[in-house]
Amino acid sequence: MARSDVQLMLDVKAGDEESFELLLQKYRTPLVNFLCRMVREQGAAEDLAQEVFLRVYRARKEYSPSAKFTTWLFRIATNLALNAIRDGRHRQMQISIDTPRDEDEPVMEIAAREARADERLIEEERNRMIRSAILALPEKQRAAVILHKYQEMEYAEIGKILGCSESALKSLLFRAYETLRVQLALLVARPSAQTAGEGKRS
Amino acid sequence: MSMMSCEKISKTLVSYLDGRASERERASVEEHLKACAECRERAEEFRRLWNVMAEVPAAEPSFGFDARLRQRIASEPRRKLWAWMVPSPRLAASVALLIGLAVFVSVRPRHAQPVNTQASSEEQFQMIQDLGVLENYDVLSNFDALSDLPAAQSSEQPEEKPAGPGGGTGESWNGVAAGLRASEGL
Repeated sequence: MARSDVQLMLDVKAGDEESFELLLQKYRTPLVNFLCRMVREQGAAEDLAQEVFLRVYRARKEYSPSAKFTTWLFRIATNLALNAIRDGRHRQMQISIDTPRDEDEPVMEIAAREARADERLIEEERNRMIRSAILALPEKQRAAVILHKYQEMEYAEIGKILGCSESALKSLLFRAYETLRVQLALLVARPSAQTAGEGKRS
Repeated sequence: MSMMSCEKISKTLVSYLDGRASERERASVEEHLKACAECRERAEEFRRLWNVMAEVPAAEPSFGFDARLRQRIASEPRRKLWAWMVPSPRLAASVALLIGLAVFVSVRPRHAQPVNTQASSEEQFQMIQDLGVLENYDVLSNFDALSDLPAAQSSEQPEEKPAGPGGGTGESWNGVAAGLRASEGL
């Protein structure tokens, strides 16, 4: 029978390193995903993800299952990411890991290039636009959107991770999606509205 | 008017669209959307936004992520196996000191004891030797010369241990004399 995350963590606490390995296998990708969407560079995101696991490992002896394991894990990750964003530390944290990085490119330039790009390139540019728009959100809104849309978490859990009420979270999410809707009007606005007039939504 | 305002809908639109709103919330949002074209368009665009967002592929951890992490964990300072037993180094130090002291006290050789027994048996022998004199209580108690002995000051401690170091003849004699005088005073 598969052990629950909390049980795995309790086993880690008892000195079972194999259980830590299982938790690492299970949450490595979701964490890297989350952090890649929180900070710009994948290298920095991976450094942060490593830091999260390191903190989990260091805290194993004091672990007590007072919350869902994922709540605890993503709370650590969110706090680390917010701190890194706030003091710009993630830029210095980049180490010698060679991963493709998104260029910091204005949305308008991307839009201009779209015309002469092929299908694959268009898709890449779209993704880049969306990523940039999410990265442009205020940190807390950004975290809320990523946890809601990409991690598909419950409101209660996101609220606990971000330290806000469900009601406050819903307002936060609304504001964030409203910003994204405006920023990504090119991709999101009704096709009829787009063809009817480009200037409509500027 | 019981219908939700555009501002009020902002609290429930997201949960309405992701299917987590309650029955009542859903009904009131739907009622508002029927009447408000602007919010209807917003709701539509939110849906499209989510589809567009879903297109962005998830990043995969780079090769070597695990190896790097294991290396970092391996270089973590390891706690000693018995560390959990000691809540604080200060307590550990005082416990160690106590144990050390106990061992020192119990193991320390007692040189004084055999000497003492020797001395006391020697003394006893002399006491026995002096018994003849002691028996003559009247003679001793009236012997004025005795009170002039300098060691008679020890009369303040009449029960002085006979096993005292250097418990020679003179001293024990003085002790006896003092004891005699004390009992005389009663």
